Parts: sequence; C-alpha cells; structure tokens
Amino acid sequence: MAASYLRVPRPSLRSLHVWRRNFMVWRKLAIPSMLGNFADPAFYMLALGYGLGSLLPAVEGMSYIAFLAAGTICYSTMNTATFEALYSAFSRMQIQRTWDAILNAPLSLDDIVTGETLWAATKSVFSGVAILVVVWVLGLAESWQVLWLIPLALLIGLCFAGMGLIMTALAPNYDFFMYYFTLVVTPMTLLCGVFFPVTQLPGWLQAVSAALPLSHAVAIARPLLAGDTPTGVPLHLAVLAGYGFVGFNIALVLARRRLLR
Amino acid sequence: MNDRTSESLPQVATVSGLRKSYAGREVVAGVDLVLEPGECFGLLGPNGAGKTTTLKLCLGLAEPDAGTITMFGLALPQHARAARRRIGVVPQIDSLDPDFSVRENLLVYGRYFGMTDASIRARIPELLEFANLGGREDAKIQALSGGMKRRLTLARALINDPDLIILDEPTTGLDPQARHVIWDRLKQLTAQGKTLLLTTHFMEEAERLCTRLSVLDQGRVIASGEPRTLIAQHIEPQVVEVYGEGVEQWASGHAVALSERCERTGETVFCYAHDAGPLVASLNDWPALRHLHRPANLEDLFLKLTGREMRD
Repeated sequence: MAASYLRVPRPSLRSLHVWRRNFMVWRKLAIPSMLGNFADPAFYMLALGYGLGSLLPAVEGMSYIAFLAAGTICYSTMNTATFEALYSAFSRMQIQRTWDAILNAPLSLDDIVTGETLWAATKSVFSGVAILVVVWVLGLAESWQVLWLIPLALLIGLCFAGMGLIMTALAPNYDFFMYYFTLVVTPMTLLCGVFFPVTQLPGWLQAVSAALPLSHAVAIARPLLAGDTPTGVPLHLAVLAGYGFVGFNIALVLARRRLLR
Repeated sequence: MNDRTSESLPQVATVSGLRKSYAGREVVAGVDLVLEPGECFGLLGPNGAGKTTTLKLCLGLAEPDAGTITMFGLALPQHARAARRRIGVVPQIDSLDPDFSVRENLLVYGRYFGMTDASIRARIPELLEFANLGGREDAKIQALSGGMKRRLTLARALINDPDLIILDEPTTGLDPQARHVIWDRLKQLTAQGKTLLLTTHFMEEAERLCTRLSVLDQGRVIASGEPRTLIAQHIEPQVVEVYGEGVEQWASGHAVALSERCERTGETVFCYAHDAGPLVASLNDWPALRHLHRPANLEDLFLKLTGREMRD
C-alpha cells in the first residue's frame, strides 16, 4: 500500500476549517501564548543588544542591537512555528485525538496537515510582527521596507512548520522532540548569523551554515532592517521554500503512514 | 432530525471480501456485510476480532488489501470524503475538543461539514435536547461526566443529519444508567429511520438494539442474522448455570447425563438443554450448589462460537 501514502498532496479549501479551529483556540489563550512567543525573544534582544552591545564596536556597520534585531525576528518566528508544529500539533494528533475527530468528517489528512502548516506559519507572523513593533519603537527600523519582513516571517513559518511536522508524524511522545531541538534548532540558532556574523566562523562551519534555512532568512532580514537592498534574494527564498516544501511532503507521507493504516 | 432515509438506494453499504493485514497478521480476513436502510446492525466479537479495523475501512480511512466497499453507492476509499458527508461517527476513544465549550464543540464540528454557522446554531438546541444536555451549552468539556461526554459525542455525530451513524463500542466504560440513556437514544434514531452500525462486546446491548448482527472472530464473520434466529439456530433454548462447592462431582454425573451440552468456565458449569426440568430437579439433592435457570441468550451464542478462552 506504499503507493497510496506517496501520492501527490491534494489539500482542499477545507484545510481552512482546521486553521480556523486552531485560531479559535488561540484567541482564548492569546495572552499567555503571545507572551511565550514574544516576551522571551524580546528580552534576549534587549538584554544582549544593549548589555553586550555596549562592549562591542559596530557589527557589520550597525549597532549590535540593530544587528541582533534582524536575527531575533528570524529565530523567534522559527521557534514559534517549530513549537506549534511539534508540541501543539502532536497534542492535537495524539493526545486530544482532534485529528481523528476531523478525519471522521469530510476532511482528508492532506487537509489537516495543510491546515496545521498554515496555522503554524500564521503564528509565526504574529510573533514576527510583535518583535517588529518593538524594533520599530526602539527606532531600529530604517524604512518602510521593513514591512517586507511580514511576508518573510510567513515564509519562515511555512518552512519550519513543514520541517517540524516531520518530527510530529514520527514522534512516539513529547520527549522525542528533544532530538530536534538539540540537533536542529539549537545549531540553527547559533550558526545562522543570528547573534554574530557568519563570517566569524571557520570555513567548514560557514559551509554548514550556508546549508541551513535560517541563514537565508537572516540574509534577507538584516539588510531590509538596515534600509539596504538584500542581495541573492531568489536563492534565499528558494532555500526557505524548498525546505518547507520538502518538509511538508515528507511530513504528509509519514502522517499518512501513521494514521491511515 | 427529519425522517430522511436513503429510499433511492437498495443498500446503505455493501462490503465484500474485505481483507486487511498489519505486519503480516490478517486482522480482517474476508468480511462480507450488507447494511439495509433503517436497520441497526451489530458487529460482535472478542477483542482483536477486527471490529474497529472494519469500521475504519468503512469510513475510507485505510486502504483494504482486498475487497470492495460501497457506501451510498460510492466506492471507498476513493470517494470517502463524499461518503463521510452522510455519516456520523461516535468513536471509541473520546475526541471532544477540551479547549472548547459544549456549544463550541458542535459549532466547530459542523463547520467541518461545510455547514454555515447560522445553520449549526439553529441545530444545536435540538441536538443538546436529544442528548439530554439542555442548558449546558457553555459547560466546559472537563466538567462533563463520562456519560455526558458520550452523549455529546453522539450529538456531535448527528450535526450533519447523517443517514448512517457508526458507533464503536458506544457504551464501553459507562455506568448502567448512562448506558440505558444511550440505548434509548439509539432506539429513537432507528425509529427516525437512521441506519446504525455499531460494534459492541456487550451481548445485552446487541440483543436489545440490533435488528441484525454478525459475529466476528479472527477477522472472519462466523455467524450472521437476527439475534433471536441465531440463538435458536445454534443454542439449545434453556440454560442452567451452576456454581458452588462440589460442582465438579455434580457435573460429571448429572450434568453430562441430563443436558445436551455442558461447558465449564472458571467456577461455573453451563448446561444447555431443550428441557431443563430434570437438571433443575437433580439439584435438589445438592444444597451447596447455587443455580440460575434462564433462556439462552446472545452471550451463549457468542461463547459457543468464539470459545471460552481469554482474548487479549
């Protein structure tokens, strides 16, 4: 029956009902949820940006906090999508049996995985916008072009939602996600130019960094925030979209193998 | 809940030659079923007989290894989505949304069927009334008892006014009062013309509710028909259950001689006969033994067909 798991995704507009269900829950818990997605990275940005930044010269021609702001927007949107696609989606799939209930209605698993991906990406946009507001208030945004960070946050969200759902489709329990955080999210956060320029790393680590999607998000976000024009945008976008697309497809195949057997 | 049955179609569902294996073990091994409109059809079987897998296949949520399923004239699993528009499901494991109130659970579930919020809201009072949950619209799921949750799950399954309702062990884990309420509601649904397909291992439930049933064992249908007819076909009409000190000596003498068939389960000897008079009379000389004289029931049939050993 392998062939039926492997067929091309065929999501329908009903996936929006899945998105809407999650949005309805989020509205009830919006304040603690926003705090988790926003306050934590905002504190890091302020404390490291001003505290550590006061000891540093200009980094790539800008203040350290301005440098850090772009990285913070990228990694906090990554984290938001990742947490949603891992812990929250797993709760709905495995613990609350929400996916099972939806499957008994006229929705397919393709609809559910699509709805979950869109929802995780939506939450990414929420947290990206929240950080962006802080950046704006601090006067770190150089021009209106920072608004391009909003669609970028959506793409980052889609990328990491797709990747994260692979883990969810494989996970026997919550502890399993520690592998992903330790082996994927932490290196991504540290190696992709969030806290310091990638050029400070030895050559082989720079090569690793170039293969990771978060580097490509930061490479677009930082010039946008500084008022410059990002270069190599098609490649950066293609890497983010590629990771997301491949991740989504693998996640869907694995989810079908897990639930439709 | 109007009285809409699928008169245009001869059968609600036809299943033939259904097979499904997991890891080399054949869980469903050639099942045939026909669901007639308006009947309550029971799937009986010990744990692991393939009941839940059969239901899953009937919802188009897994691909059979062999066999065909036609639901409302639609081939499954290809047209599963269209078929599920007309089906309501009460799953074995609670899947109510703990983040939502009673009303929100129904609202969100109705949206999955493409219903407008207005049409769902219009339907909610009637459904909650039916489920005996009137006035609990705003209750949180955590505040509901097991019986209330199951009734809400039943109400949720009716949100789309389905023609067929599939129930997987609808009363497992409920206390006797809660079970009777569910039975009553299921009878109301068949009276309204709905078709029901349920699995159970409560023989009393099957005997009370089901117009027809199939007994499943190791993935195969080993008997099918109306409950009373099946009992009459396979089981002697009278049963004497005997237990107590010395039951073995009594059984080896009287029971074997006076009953047509005699079986032992744990501490109890079951004697089957057309005329149980002599059996009961013989017990007068055995004051230490207790006995129960009753007509044969579905449990006798079930135990005869599926054996008395434990299933895990």
